[in-house]
Amino acid sequence: MKELLSQPWPWYISGPLIGLMVPALLILANRHFGISTTFRHICAACIPSGLKFFQYDWKKESWMLFLALGIVLGGWIGGVLLENPEPLALSDAAQKTLSEQGFSNYSKLQPLSLFNFSNATGLVLLILGGFLVGFGTRWANGCTAGHAIMGLSLLSLASFIAVIGFFIGGLAITHFVYPYLF
Amino acid sequence: MRNLLFLIIGTLFGIVLIKGEVVSWFRIQEMFHFQSFHMYGVIGSAVMVGVISVQLIKRLQIKSIQGETINLQQKPLQWKAQLFGGILFGFGWAMTGACPAPIYALFGAGYWHMVLVLVSAVLGVWVYARFMDKLPH
Repeated sequence: MKELLSQPWPWYISGPLIGLMVPALLILANRHFGISTTFRHICAACIPSGLKFFQYDWKKESWMLFLALGIVLGGWIGGVLLENPEPLALSDAAQKTLSEQGFSNYSKLQPLSLFNFSNATGLVLLILGGFLVGFGTRWANGCTAGHAIMGLSLLSLASFIAVIGFFIGGLAITHFVYPYLF
Repeated sequence: MRNLLFLIIGTLFGIVLIKGEVVSWFRIQEMFHFQSFHMYGVIGSAVMVGVISVQLIKRLQIKSIQGETINLQQKPLQWKAQLFGGILFGFGWAMTGACPAPIYALFGAGYWHMVLVLVSAVLGVWVYARFMDKLPH
């Protein structure tokens, strides 16, 4: 059993399971799936300021924080207890591109040669990237969960535009910035 | 009691995020290079299940287990906010290889440096709130 669960799950298993988050939250709690609003709650709870954007009772909205806490726990179960002993089975084309950029160890989910507490390039990517994730999701009013999964499930035009934005941004970094960085 | 439910749903979601490898910077790069169907398959099939679920709830007028009418209201359209905010988020997604949920999942999986991403994301929200009046929406 553990061996089976430790293997990576193909897209046709993991995708539908992620999609089931939508009806699960709607039917069990009448809530819309989303994650990025947790950053706003953390801000409202931890950074005192007179800003109107944070003047609401975050404790009443705290359900999503429990969802996030669950994700941390799930990350531990999936990534530690059920850790995949094999390297990622990336496509040959991806392995070629990545190895040309100096990344040829796929035993972890991230290139730990880049992302750690002492690589300056990695630190800039993590800190600046994190800032853009927070700033961008709040401006766009949602992330890959709230817009790409929940919003598209509702056939929302706002979410469709947001997802186009996500890809424009991601493609720009990948094709116009990373070639100069690595 | 209800919070326990959210904790359990979140836990299952976190496991799927890791086992589906959608939290992987490598997989995100593979996606943005159009070098594999994996990520498109995950997102596409997730949306398909979501669309069908919403349509079933709508047409069969399914109530929540509390007996409430289920809220299926879309987010308000503010195209400038969605486009420009979306692009900035896209930058961050490619840089960290993580959108919000994977930040939490990777941290749980022992990628401790993700705490830096979380802290700066929270800071990003604060800066957005400080300047939101000056941004196009």
